[in-house]
Amino acid sequence: MQDKGKPTLIQGNIACGYGALAAGCSFFAGYPITPSTEIAEFMARELPKRGGKFIQMEDEMGSLAAVIGASIAGAKAMTATSGPGFSLMQEHLGFAYMTETPVVVVNVMRGGPSTGLPTMTSQSDTLQAGFGPHGDYCAVVFAPSSVQEVFEYTVKAFNAAEFLQTPVVLLMDETLAHMRERFVHPPADSIEVINRKEPEMPFAWFKRFEMTPDCISNFSAFGDGYRYHITGLTHDQMGFPTAVSREVTDGLEKLRDKILNHKERFTYYEKFMTDDANWLIVAFGTAARSAKQAVIEARRHRMKVGLLQLCTIWPFPDELIAELSRNIEGIVVAEMNMGQLIREVKRACPRKLPILGANRYDGVLITPDEIIHSLKVVHGNKER
Amino acid sequence: MSRAKHNHRAHNHNKEGFKLEIRLAGSGGQGLITAGMILAKAAVLTGRLNSVQTQSYGPEARGGASRSDVIISSYEEIYYPKARKLDLLLAFNEESYYKYIPLLKEEGVLIVDEDYVPEVREKNAVRFPFIRTAKTEIGTPIAANIIAVGFIGGLIKVVGEKALKEAVASSFNEAFREKNLKALEIGYRVGSKQSDRMRLV
Repeated sequence: MQDKGKPTLIQGNIACGYGALAAGCSFFAGYPITPSTEIAEFMARELPKRGGKFIQMEDEMGSLAAVIGASIAGAKAMTATSGPGFSLMQEHLGFAYMTETPVVVVNVMRGGPSTGLPTMTSQSDTLQAGFGPHGDYCAVVFAPSSVQEVFEYTVKAFNAAEFLQTPVVLLMDETLAHMRERFVHPPADSIEVINRKEPEMPFAWFKRFEMTPDCISNFSAFGDGYRYHITGLTHDQMGFPTAVSREVTDGLEKLRDKILNHKERFTYYEKFMTDDANWLIVAFGTAARSAKQAVIEARRHRMKVGLLQLCTIWPFPDELIAELSRNIEGIVVAEMNMGQLIREVKRACPRKLPILGANRYDGVLITPDEIIHSLKVVHGNKER
Repeated sequence: MSRAKHNHRAHNHNKEGFKLEIRLAGSGGQGLITAGMILAKAAVLTGRLNSVQTQSYGPEARGGASRSDVIISSYEEIYYPKARKLDLLLAFNEESYYKYIPLLKEEGVLIVDEDYVPEVREKNAVRFPFIRTAKTEIGTPIAANIIAVGFIGGLIKVVGEKALKEAVASSFNEAFREKNLKALEIGYRVGSKQSDRMRLV
């Protein structure tokens, strides 16, 4: 176990495991896949020591099914996978959105589509993480960029999942997952841990999916005595299938509004030298590290550049882009895909600004030079 | 919720600070990712240095190109985690020597296994039979990676033998600990003799 307070060198995947334990995770089901396997290995080793359960399932569909079951039975539960496994999980992910089941799904991105590049890095599941399953819902997705942040955001993912009663996807990439870096385990009493809201009323009054002012209902674990029904079908406040127009509309709006009502609370980001910036880079994950280096190097050449590092990708923080674009002359969106987040940045930017992508999708971490090149192009376009 | 950073310490690169970019390259199974991990761990264990280790490897368990990058820095933050301009390149085979030598800084140090990279023209090159020494002194070629860790540790000085020993001891179980500590010691002794080659910037 980690020496609390002393700096050590650990891998991103291992920091994810420590974060899960710190958040109170007691159940993990998964199926090994590069580059996420070390998370499963860690949980297999550590959970049984703490009275928790680890199950290696027959595949990724079974894994998320087991995790959903554990959560409904009252456990904080997690699975971890990578691209191909994440695709297989989409059906059950949709079930968890519909049934308001708190689960944490870690997707360590590698090159795709299909089996793609198992050992190489990517950010090409950015849109999938927000819109993977069919139907209308509102996804919550966090993306850390350092080993220390992996710990921090794994805890935050559990907190958001438990508070909002929804799946939360923790989006990592191969570089971050396998990277070893200095890590300090914070003291347990300094870590904020949120648990799901539980009912206190008499059994007969309980409605699992009750409409409340902030759209968060009481969650009772199966077996605790409160009776309710769970189905993937559109359901009423008791959980039974319904096709009544008002109930269908209200139910779907509840799924959306419980996230949007608390959007500000769960929108995490870092502004890096944006105060006096004329040019803005938007990035997340390890691409944000390359972007920070690019900011420092561009500033040595007297180009006033700042970075908005998004740690919450979904729901997309439109308000932040609007606020930061006010004094900006151009934006570069750096990402390791063919341009996924840039669509959101363009949509959210209220001003007509040059917005250009710095993209790399050959499985290699995007470099500061590539981002600086895109900055120069945006700069040049503006001059002309 | 947000954090805002501006003009913090990391950007004021003062004269005492340094950043070392190291690449260990060879073929899969030679233990170079482990070597990089131990080097980075030793740097962090000093308590005064920051370090990041990244790796690049193919889907094969053995064979194929494999490399590990280690950045050791006295600055608080290391942003881009991969090596760009190399202060030190260790090549365990000819292919990786040819592939990465263009990235070596002019004053950078090249270390090669002399049995596997026969001809090097660089002025600042050190040749040493890592794999042969591992076979004869430790009894297994596998320990060549830890001899290399010791060699690099001795050469760059900043990490120190104590932290390196601690990193090796905490990375292997009982059965392999002694052999690897011995490998480290052998490497460190030879590497220290080359320490005037390294200039920290």
